[in-house]
Amino acid sequence: MKKILIALLLSLGSLSALAALDPGRVRQLAAEDSSDKVAAIQQITENADPDAVRVLTAMSEDSLYLAGDKAVIITDDSAFDAATGEAIKMPANPESITVNNRIRGELASALAALKLFDADREVRLASAEELQSKVSAGMAPLLKKALDKESDAEIKALLKLAYAQANLGNADPVARLAAVKALAETSSPVIKSVLLPLTDKANEPDDKVRYEAIAAVKAIDGRLALAENVGQAFSGLSLGSILLLGALGLAITYGVMGIINMAHGELLMVGAYATYGMQTLFRAYFPDAIDWYLPAAIPVAFFAAALVGVIMERTVIRWLYGRTLETLLATWGLSLVLIQSARVLFGAQNVEVANPSWMSGGIEVLPNLILPWNRIIIVGFAIFVLLLVWLLMNKTRLGMFVRAVTQNRPMAGCVGVPTSRIDTMAFALGAGIAGLGGVALSQISNVGPDMGQGYIVDSFMVVVVGGVGQLAGAVWAALGLGIFSKLLEGWAGAVIAKISILVCIIIFIQKRPQGIFALKGRFVE
Amino acid sequence: MRKPLTIRILSALDKKSWLALGIFLALALVVVPVLHLNFPEDSALHVSTYAITLIGKIMCYALVAVAMDLIWGYGGILSLGHGLFFALGGYAFGMYLMRQIGRDGSYGADLPDFMVFLDWKELPWFWVGSDSFGWVAFLVMAVPALVAFVFGYFAFRSRIKGVYFSIITQALTYAAMLLFFRNETGFGGNNGFTDFKRVLGYTITSSETRLVLFGLTAVMLAVTLVFSAWLVKSKFGRVLTAIRDAESRVMFIGYNPLWYKLTIWVISAVLCGIAGALYVPQVGIINPSEMSPGNSIEIAIWVAVGGRGTLIGPVIGAFVVNLAKSWFTVSFPEYWLFFLGLLFIVVTLMLPQGLVGLWKKLMAKKGAEAC
Amino acid sequence: MLNTVDLFEDDRPAGSDGADQMGHLVTGELDLSHGVALYLEDITVSFDGFKALNNLSLAINAGELRCIIGPNGAGKTTMMDVITGKTRPDSGKAYFGQSIDLTRLSEPEIAHVGIGRKFQKPTIFEQHTVFENLELAMKTDKRVWKSLMAWLAGDERDRIAETLRMIRLDKEADRPAGLLSHGQKQWLEIGMLLMQEPKLLLLDEPVAGMTDDETMRTAELFVSLAGKHSLVVVEHDMAFVEKLGGLVTVLHEGSVLAEGDLATVQNDQRVIEVYLGR
Repeated sequence: MKKILIALLLSLGSLSALAALDPGRVRQLAAEDSSDKVAAIQQITENADPDAVRVLTAMSEDSLYLAGDKAVIITDDSAFDAATGEAIKMPANPESITVNNRIRGELASALAALKLFDADREVRLASAEELQSKVSAGMAPLLKKALDKESDAEIKALLKLAYAQANLGNADPVARLAAVKALAETSSPVIKSVLLPLTDKANEPDDKVRYEAIAAVKAIDGRLALAENVGQAFSGLSLGSILLLGALGLAITYGVMGIINMAHGELLMVGAYATYGMQTLFRAYFPDAIDWYLPAAIPVAFFAAALVGVIMERTVIRWLYGRTLETLLATWGLSLVLIQSARVLFGAQNVEVANPSWMSGGIEVLPNLILPWNRIIIVGFAIFVLLLVWLLMNKTRLGMFVRAVTQNRPMAGCVGVPTSRIDTMAFALGAGIAGLGGVALSQISNVGPDMGQGYIVDSFMVVVVGGVGQLAGAVWAALGLGIFSKLLEGWAGAVIAKISILVCIIIFIQKRPQGIFALKGRFVE
Repeated sequence: MRKPLTIRILSALDKKSWLALGIFLALALVVVPVLHLNFPEDSALHVSTYAITLIGKIMCYALVAVAMDLIWGYGGILSLGHGLFFALGGYAFGMYLMRQIGRDGSYGADLPDFMVFLDWKELPWFWVGSDSFGWVAFLVMAVPALVAFVFGYFAFRSRIKGVYFSIITQALTYAAMLLFFRNETGFGGNNGFTDFKRVLGYTITSSETRLVLFGLTAVMLAVTLVFSAWLVKSKFGRVLTAIRDAESRVMFIGYNPLWYKLTIWVISAVLCGIAGALYVPQVGIINPSEMSPGNSIEIAIWVAVGGRGTLIGPVIGAFVVNLAKSWFTVSFPEYWLFFLGLLFIVVTLMLPQGLVGLWKKLMAKKGAEAC
Repeated sequence: MLNTVDLFEDDRPAGSDGADQMGHLVTGELDLSHGVALYLEDITVSFDGFKALNNLSLAINAGELRCIIGPNGAGKTTMMDVITGKTRPDSGKAYFGQSIDLTRLSEPEIAHVGIGRKFQKPTIFEQHTVFENLELAMKTDKRVWKSLMAWLAGDERDRIAETLRMIRLDKEADRPAGLLSHGQKQWLEIGMLLMQEPKLLLLDEPVAGMTDDETMRTAELFVSLAGKHSLVVVEHDMAFVEKLGGLVTVLHEGSVLAEGDLATVQNDQRVIEVYLGR
């Protein structure tokens, strides 16, 4: 493949390049001393024409040989004069040229730099981006040349940065000052590390430049911190979304119906295993559409968890309405049964659920801030589920019935609401929402029999903080707890963050025993 | 008019109960040691070390169950964090046991092995005095009491009750578990304390030490039962059950529920701490998993199975559930969680008064038929 | 509003300079020297914008038997909640006697200074025996340590026995209170109130669910209690209110609508409107 590429380049070169390289320079590429080679590479690079690309590419591919006094390029069965690009007779015994690591690095930079003159805008752009992290002082003239020639604004901006970096090593303090000033506008950690030596008197004798460098580092730090905070806030947002997905089901079963469901985490697990099941199914029968298993899993997980919910409600929970502490114990028992069932059915080990390909990667918002797609999708999914719940509770007959039953059960019964069926359906809805949460969890964490246990405390905290009987409370509490705990985590570590959150909640409950959105009045007790 | 306390304590139990308690103590203090020491291992009458450790452990659990019943059965407050107090007592006594290892640890250092492993040069401040049995015995009670007091004061003062209280206690023990999992906390992290060698200078694995610990646990259980019987029969106990049944009424006749709840809450925590301290030398290990929410909620099922609101119920429940557990985990390990889960469901649905309630019902039926 | 002020002028006891003077006196022993047992001024309580009490002012004299009537939602129960410390008013003053600021005391403290309350729904300790219910209510030191060490003295047993006879439950003394009939539960709760020896009794629908005979006996009991105690009775049963005699206060939408003896109130045009109109 590579050989073909070189051959192609060579033929291109031989067609177009009329201005041949200085044969002496090319010969120097085969010099004994590495420094001589480097000098030659740099000088050839300055030419910035296709011939330079041809020769240097050949050298980096180990196709450059010394034949007598001439540098030649030899591919499979043909040979070319390196300086002119003309085909020549295969030399008798070509001598290979040693390319050590230093030279290789130099060649890579040089080739990248040369791509700056490519006709294709994309190639130029990629090259300019690549150069940002490996600019050396010697490239300054080349970059200047590229900058003068360049017309594309985006590439031009990148080149300016690279040129400034190259100029940091310039002997002229005025040039260095201008370079530092230009770099102060950026927000990349790489540039910061490039500027850092200049803040030291030992490296930078000129006061003006040094102060400018200090100011520049500070400015970059500020922007880096901003990016980091935005990143934290986003991961807080995504953690909040996960908490929300975990808590939304509870907001219905506990918040609205007043049922303490300790098996809620296990309903998340059911949803996650349903996702796993769909993945297995797709792998076996529709391997071409494997990326579609996740959308397909959403309804399956919903109905699987809802079905488990119906069974739970019909067999256990309905006999315990109004006896919350007993409900708590019985549902804990249910959670143990569900965990053990998962172990028996799927094994005690975690199972592997892979992200569909469209969920990998991310959006680069800032040089050091990439928002991963899977997190973004989960935030979006949480919003979708939230909307779904809101619509169901506020805009449908079922929602109206559920609210009626929770506010006044006998009265609802009297006006013809089938209260016991509504209980079952509402509980199934809460369970189904938990199942949807499980789909999301399967994409970012381990899927195993115990996975639900980790979320139950968090989920209940969300509902406790948010207050009973409110969806809005659950939403704010989930987002608040998510963002708050991520920020704390960055500052104090995960365990301490978790503990301080729990302590904060305990203190918070002191002040607002009814949660953020407290119901007031004579009906409270 | 004031009756002496001894008479009041004597009147806390009826004659039958005193007799039963006497038989229990005789079994634990005389019969078991005799059978263990005087019969060879292949004899049918021999009581094995395994059995002694198992029963000793379950008696500690029974103690916890009685403590749980005081707060739940009588006070109506379901704690899902009692494992924390148990573990605190256990860790406090574990500190002493770690110090008793002396230089016999695998590093042969003065410091406990895990501190050497963490490259610590000296004991953290809270380990000061942990080589003194008296100080540690105080800590076993004082630490759970303090934690319970501070937490309970704030929780009860703001009138957190019912399920809210349960969930917050669960969060409390969960947070403590995370804390103890950290190596930096200074309690051996994941592994906790283990490999004990001696207690009060005696080899911890010797038959005699085991029997003494076993007997001590039995005595502690008996004392706790008598104390609890007196407590629930006193006017304090009546106020407590009144708070359970109609808290606002209690307030409007002039009792402040805060202090009543707090008192029983702290007593319950201290009993758990003592149980933990007796548990650790017999079982030989304490680690943060004792604080896992699942463990604490299991305590509630012991009480529920036996019958809450009675004192013998929790003891029966602790024995039944834990004997079942050790049988299952040996014979059918994969079915244990099914059994436990179903137990939770069946007891809450069908046996709200537990085994004691079932027994009473059967007796009443029999009595009615006899008439 | 005008009405409230009128009432207030009428009812203000001679020699009292009103709230400002009382505001300085916060705690202390019950002081009935000016003849006022309970004094509410401009009490406002609102739940999420809904005003359950709206500038309510009311004064009960020592030894008075006062009936409070009013349609549902008039604020009767909320008023009792404020007096017993269950609900804190958003604004206004609530004094017991001359010197005890009720808005600063907790429920047990208010019970302790001498205010007893009977709930609308009889709340007794159903698991305890009738005897124990009375024992728990009995006036005594109610701190934890004292309860731990408490042992009933002979005279205390006598007092309980006496109350048992008064509420006609002496034969039921050892039965669990939960097994009593509804009327008996009402009586037991009244008995518990008496055991507390309160200066002021707040009774929320005390005869609901009683037979006519029981109702009449209750009325007699209350009348006999008046003089020694102050009583505030909330009731819908007009026959009962008539039997009690005394002043009647009509609450409507959180404030006092009218006040006077039953006949006057019943003929008041506004009262008729509130009850019958709309």
